[in-house]
Amino acid sequence: MDLLRFITAGSVDDGKSTLIGRLLYDTDSIKVDQLETIQKQSKNKSEGEIDLALFTDGLRAEREQGITIDVAYKYFSTTKRKFIIADAPGHIQYTRNMVTGASNSDLIIILIDARQGVVEQTRRHTIIASLLQIPHVVVTINKMDMVDYSEEVYNSIVADYFKMAEMLHIKDVTFIPISALKGDNIVNTAGNTPWYQGETLLQHLETINIVKYINFSESRFPVQFVIRPQSDDLHDYRGYAGKVLSGTYKKGDVVTILPDGIESVIEAVEIHGKEVEEAFAPQSAVIRLKDDIDINRGDVIVTKNSQPKVSQDLEATLCWMDNKPLTAGNKYLLQVQSRRVRCVVKEINYKLDVNTLEKHENISQASLNDVVHVTIKTASPIVYDNYNALRANGGAILIDETAHTTVAGCMLI
Amino acid sequence: MPQYKLDYLDLLEAESIHIMREVAGQFDRPALLFSGGKDSITLVQLALKAFKPGKIPFPLVHIDTGHNFPEALEYRDRVAAQTGAKLIVRKVEDTIRARGLKEPIGKFASRNALQSYTLLDTIEEFGFDACIGGARRDEEKARAKERIFSVRDEFGQWDPKKQRPELWNLYNGMIAKGENVRVFPISNWVELDVWNYIKREGIELPSIYFTHEREVIVHQEHLVALSPFIRLDEDDVILKKNVRYRTVGDMTCTAAVESTASSIDDIIAEINKTNISERGETRIDDQVSEAAMEDRKKNGYF
Repeated sequence: MDLLRFITAGSVDDGKSTLIGRLLYDTDSIKVDQLETIQKQSKNKSEGEIDLALFTDGLRAEREQGITIDVAYKYFSTTKRKFIIADAPGHIQYTRNMVTGASNSDLIIILIDARQGVVEQTRRHTIIASLLQIPHVVVTINKMDMVDYSEEVYNSIVADYFKMAEMLHIKDVTFIPISALKGDNIVNTAGNTPWYQGETLLQHLETINIVKYINFSESRFPVQFVIRPQSDDLHDYRGYAGKVLSGTYKKGDVVTILPDGIESVIEAVEIHGKEVEEAFAPQSAVIRLKDDIDINRGDVIVTKNSQPKVSQDLEATLCWMDNKPLTAGNKYLLQVQSRRVRCVVKEINYKLDVNTLEKHENISQASLNDVVHVTIKTASPIVYDNYNALRANGGAILIDETAHTTVAGCMLI
Repeated sequence: MPQYKLDYLDLLEAESIHIMREVAGQFDRPALLFSGGKDSITLVQLALKAFKPGKIPFPLVHIDTGHNFPEALEYRDRVAAQTGAKLIVRKVEDTIRARGLKEPIGKFASRNALQSYTLLDTIEEFGFDACIGGARRDEEKARAKERIFSVRDEFGQWDPKKQRPELWNLYNGMIAKGENVRVFPISNWVELDVWNYIKREGIELPSIYFTHEREVIVHQEHLVALSPFIRLDEDDVILKKNVRYRTVGDMTCTAAVESTASSIDDIIAEINKTNISERGETRIDDQVSEAAMEDRKKNGYF
């Protein structure tokens, strides 16, 4: 059994909460006591049916103030897979929340209301999926019951979406006609869409190939912590603890330690204190080297065949996440994996309209939820990859130096 | 080409170990909150694995309410000694006396909320900048929205509106003096993941997780162990039942479940069959109000 992380993009109006509730309910992931709470609340609403959307109901702080506090995580599993849902609100003022939820997702479910078809929001969600490089896109055309399960309506929405997806270079798209409210094609195949021969949403989530998108050829291993027991029996032991972000590592591999560029050879690869043949992404491991070199947290061990970028001058597409705007010339801390360095955002080159992909130049500031292209200069070299080429080592965050808050998520270029 | 495929438990474990190492790498004085319950037992196992062949580079801390199950305390001391990590115990009893706090009253007078005071005092006493805890997001809806690195102000308070965005596997543990971070490495695990992991790793558990005969009273369909910490009323009927604990908290606020499960396999089979959630079945303190956890977290709770 493996693990799939996905994000659902849409708003309450599209039936997003109902869809999540339906997935949980139809996979028996909701317990009796939780159901009773929901039933109590549902009584005030329509008769009979329980309101599945209430399963994703938030905190009291949110209800009182009518706000949504970004991402909530939900869990369920079937005999085939364990699932983690990042439930993020989809309106434009929540772009930062969607970016956050999307950053860890292998798949995105984009909801389209069958009555509305492809709208501005669909386009925005697709653009964010493409910016964050989510490997799989599933477009669920919801509320099919409201359009009499019409194949024509479905086909025309699919055709519209295809046109847009092509322009955005989205490769892996699947379409499913559903009714979250009635439960059609989510877990159970209902007889209402005899013209649809494809999988139900759950069948699709259970069977898509996740491993296909892990990069096993370009090896990246940022050192998080140096293990030095300094005990009698392990007097000279020096192990570099970290996570294999991509690629593989084995004994005898010739490696380079970046940013300094020192070469060495792997003496042993260990997992949980035991030597292993090979460590691969996304395992946590310990690497020991033949040579006694000074390696610290923040250094990256890479194999010789593929080198990341090592630079102080970089470009990034970033999503601004703070109430205080970003102004060109501001200084921040940039964190890429375990390395954190001071930096200055030298220029904001343009702002990307996430509804249209239009570029607006000549801007001096970026506000909350803006997606902008920037030029950054760091105080010392950082080791990174182009996000679109190697997602695992291309993400970074900006941290406010005095407030210590995370102010931006960056896709490095 | 070899099969580079990992089981979901391996994936969860790799993520949790990465988080443990981030704590060791980012903070000067971290601590692991260890109660002898299954979730914090899992944390200890993950910490051991994360730093092998070295020792766990931080102390284990237990906030002792004085209402614990003796079996859990015995287990706590034994396991802490096996790990070689330092065990720090601070008692709620002492905080109550030193600060003149009011003891809660009632049938199941629980010191659960008072733990926050002792925890904050302990954080201050040792200057801890990060406390690793075993909370999981599937437990409760306030937890479903909490970050893995959850920043608390100098009063230990959680402000859901001021949470830092947490992207990819990048954790921002920067804080000002006086603030601290609660870190939850098994955020993405669910109850069954913990049990399956305990089974796979062959982890020993306190005996109260398995079936045993115990004197209990029935309160609102919950079985509560007879102990000096609860008030017996005239209409209480003391029953002898075969029970086990699905979670281990205080004797005042943790209910037992009727069970004959004597092995981890039996327990997993029972959890697979049950139609009641973990907290719904076992935690008396969550039922006071719908937002009970949210409120406690805002006041410095784990």
